[in-house]
Amino acid sequence: MSKIELKVNGRSHTLDIEPATPLLYILRNDLGLQGPRFGCGLGQCGACTVIINGAAVRSCIMPASSVKGEVTTLEGLTVNGRLHPLQQAWINEQVPQCGFCQNGQIMTAKAMLDKNPNPTDAQIRESMNGTLCRCMSYYRVQTAIKRAAKAVADASPASGKEVVA
Amino acid sequence: MSASERIPKQIEEVLMTHRRGFLRSAGMLAVSFGAYAGGWATESDAQSSGAAQGPGPYHDPDFRQIDSWIVIHENNTATFYVGKTDLGQGTGTGFRQLMSDELDMAFDKTTCIMGSTDITVDQNGSGGSTAMERDSWPARRAAAEARRVLLEMAAVRLGVPIDRLAVRDAVITAKTDPSKRVTYGELIAGKRFNVTLTGANVSSVTGQAKTKPVQELRYTGQSMQRDDIPAKVDGSLKWAVDVKLPGMVHARNVKPPFACAKLSSIDESSVKSLPGFIKVVSKGNYVAVVCEREEQAIRAARQLKTTWEKPSTSPFPASEDLFNYMRAAAATSSSRPVVAGDPDAAFSGAAKIIETEYEIPFQGHTAFAGAHATADPSNGQMTVYSNDMKSYGMRRCVATFLGMPQDRVRVVWMQGPQGFGRTAADDAGCEAAWIAREIGRPVRVQWMRDEETAWDTKSPAFLVKMRGALDAEGRLVAYDFNARSCDYNHVGYNEPDTVLIAQLMGSRPAKPAAGTTAIPSDMYAIPNRKMAGDVVGLPIVWETPLRTGNLRDPNGPQSTFAAESFIDEAAAAAKIDPLEFRMKMLKAGSDDDSGFRRARSIAVLKAAAETYGWDTRPSPKPGGNGNILTGRGVAYSFRGQTVVAQIAEVEVNRQTGRVWAKRLVCAHDCGLVVNPESLRRSVECGMLHGLSRALHEEVRFDTEKVTSMDWISHPTLRHADVPERIDILLVNGDPNPNRPDLPPYGAGEASLKPMLAAIGNAIHDATGVRIRRVPFRDDRVLAALKGAGV
Repeated sequence: MSKIELKVNGRSHTLDIEPATPLLYILRNDLGLQGPRFGCGLGQCGACTVIINGAAVRSCIMPASSVKGEVTTLEGLTVNGRLHPLQQAWINEQVPQCGFCQNGQIMTAKAMLDKNPNPTDAQIRESMNGTLCRCMSYYRVQTAIKRAAKAVADASPASGKEVVA
Repeated sequence: MSASERIPKQIEEVLMTHRRGFLRSAGMLAVSFGAYAGGWATESDAQSSGAAQGPGPYHDPDFRQIDSWIVIHENNTATFYVGKTDLGQGTGTGFRQLMSDELDMAFDKTTCIMGSTDITVDQNGSGGSTAMERDSWPARRAAAEARRVLLEMAAVRLGVPIDRLAVRDAVITAKTDPSKRVTYGELIAGKRFNVTLTGANVSSVTGQAKTKPVQELRYTGQSMQRDDIPAKVDGSLKWAVDVKLPGMVHARNVKPPFACAKLSSIDESSVKSLPGFIKVVSKGNYVAVVCEREEQAIRAARQLKTTWEKPSTSPFPASEDLFNYMRAAAATSSSRPVVAGDPDAAFSGAAKIIETEYEIPFQGHTAFAGAHATADPSNGQMTVYSNDMKSYGMRRCVATFLGMPQDRVRVVWMQGPQGFGRTAADDAGCEAAWIAREIGRPVRVQWMRDEETAWDTKSPAFLVKMRGALDAEGRLVAYDFNARSCDYNHVGYNEPDTVLIAQLMGSRPAKPAAGTTAIPSDMYAIPNRKMAGDVVGLPIVWETPLRTGNLRDPNGPQSTFAAESFIDEAAAAAKIDPLEFRMKMLKAGSDDDSGFRRARSIAVLKAAAETYGWDTRPSPKPGGNGNILTGRGVAYSFRGQTVVAQIAEVEVNRQTGRVWAKRLVCAHDCGLVVNPESLRRSVECGMLHGLSRALHEEVRFDTEKVTSMDWISHPTLRHADVPERIDILLVNGDPNPNRPDLPPYGAGEASLKPMLAAIGNAIHDATGVRIRRVPFRDDRVLAALKGAGV
């Protein structure tokens, strides 16, 4: 056991924990977060995705001790009750079926859009290809990503509009 | 975001508060709402409630009482209680639409609680796409009766006869004097209806009131947004995996390393010194490790040293030998052949006979997360928090398995990953309950990825032989369908003696379930038909990862792949366009049941063809020279009264064998559409699930274990596979489309059924090569193309 410091969604935490513990279990069981979920424990499906330093990271295979930087989870996308444009687009497009994978879909899409705000269809497919959905909501996920990208572009200072996906 | 989109969450607390208040005042607070989270309660509810579990016993809600279905609150809102579970198709929202309409209350003033055994009536949970088709009716009738009773109460309160009262949005007014008004909340809140419904069972339960004609339904038919989605995209929904109870510990299973293995020894010292270790629990061949923390249990289960004895015979052939095995195996049972006309005479007089054989391997449910449940043994009761789609069945299963009276067991249903039937044969609930009782503490169990993929229930493998006779004009005059399904010992719904832990502990029924095969629906007017099927078994059927269970439209995709591929082969042999070939065998009519479906079949096929822009010509398409070959295929099917036609356009890469479905069209007729957008999403996802089964999914195994264990060894559809364009057409092909009693038919599962054949037919159109074995993986397609010199 050793003390580790974690900053998650703007809050700092000190935890006395086995350093090899995958980040996922700390987020879920110590910090009470429900966005990241266990899907495979192998980094293959994306259900556990969080964002660290702008990158979508599979928290099920990341030892807590190797986290360098602030962790953002799905809960952290909503600021002061205001949904992120991706979350809003997800509601407008009615994306989820069961919804269990959607943490991974949204967080992976966010990391992609933060780097590339206006992706092509091919770039969306490529960036999202490792994020699985067993209900097969993929087509709607891709539609919602485009909708969110457009909403953000329309709300850029040049457009003078507010972000409403 | 508009206010209405957030209302379900905003009123959630109010509703829950009112509901608690109501139940207390009505003396119904038999359950604590501790950790209750049937879609609505929040973490704070669980924490604030104090007690982790109410005292029990947990009596069944009486389905003959309106109060079991509807609670109206002081603020003139309502909560509906239904005994169904929502697996992600939006059925909860659908129930709200129908019940709001019958009750005459604004949709956004209602919410719906589903599937928890002690507070919702037993409608058997979900399955078979029956939520709207069958189980919405008693809920509608209860809502209609509640409205009638409220009008009666208002008549007394206002001193105005019922026929002079009007009701809208839960406000009753005198037609001639709108100042005379009373709300539902003012009439009933805090009190019980105490109105007894009639009916022999939950499905037939009814009051005196009649349900409204379709034309008077206000929300039904509208695309109301699903109420569960906001909490699913902001991380606030509490899923079954999120349950946390005071003193809760974690367990992980240690599965046998091969099928039918006998446990020889457990070396507890291999894990005793690990952090958080509590106990190894074991009985028979069932082994699990319990630790304080989740990651500790995962580590300890991996590290526990066990030795196992192999069975004396191989439990099954290797997957590459499966179909040879199935051809040679003796049938464990055979269905009586369905015969029409005189097939033998028609075959002997045929101008041309076609004989083919189709192979569909075992395909897994492979839920997105492993089976999971949390069980709480407090107070001598057992509460199981579970995503079991048939929570009532799990309750009976757990009670029998543990030898507890049923009223001491309850299952709290919560959302979970879609399992397509997997959670109807849930394993984790019994495991959690058994371990919880063993250690006397609440315990959470979850299967790991390899366990779930290897050991979940499988859809039966099928081998289908078909024969057809064409006459000189190219008409299909006779048809012979013969299926063999590898389905002996099909696992039923939450059975206490077939659930895996029971098998591993040595408990099992006297005889395995016989299993089933399937024959295609009588979709075409083929004068001479013979259809039959055999079930075959594997050498060992207990304690094996190749146990079959119901996967979304059980057996439908398999038999339809064969039947609808075959029709295409017959069309190609007759050199007739495959759509035209089908149309010629369809005759409209509404005088009998199959005629009614046939009229709607014509409508969906026409709709799909028009939207796609179908070019009439025989298949295959004249060969192209490039690396990418393109083609289109059609297939259609029934499921119950729902009729579905699908067209796929594919690109086949001649160099790699990769098949990409570039475009999909689906025309779908399921009668009354409760929520069009929600239905379109379900159909779209069902089609893509069919596409995944067509392109990727196959369970692989050697002669002692399943070797498909994760998303690499058991691939599924991915983002890159998704079509460029999908069109979903909701068709009402009813010969009398405006009738007032148009019923809803089961919608979801039907959307999967024709897709395997549509893809195979499109590959044939593109390449001229007929592949009679799914999935159409790159290597299989490439080998087939090379074999045919394409």
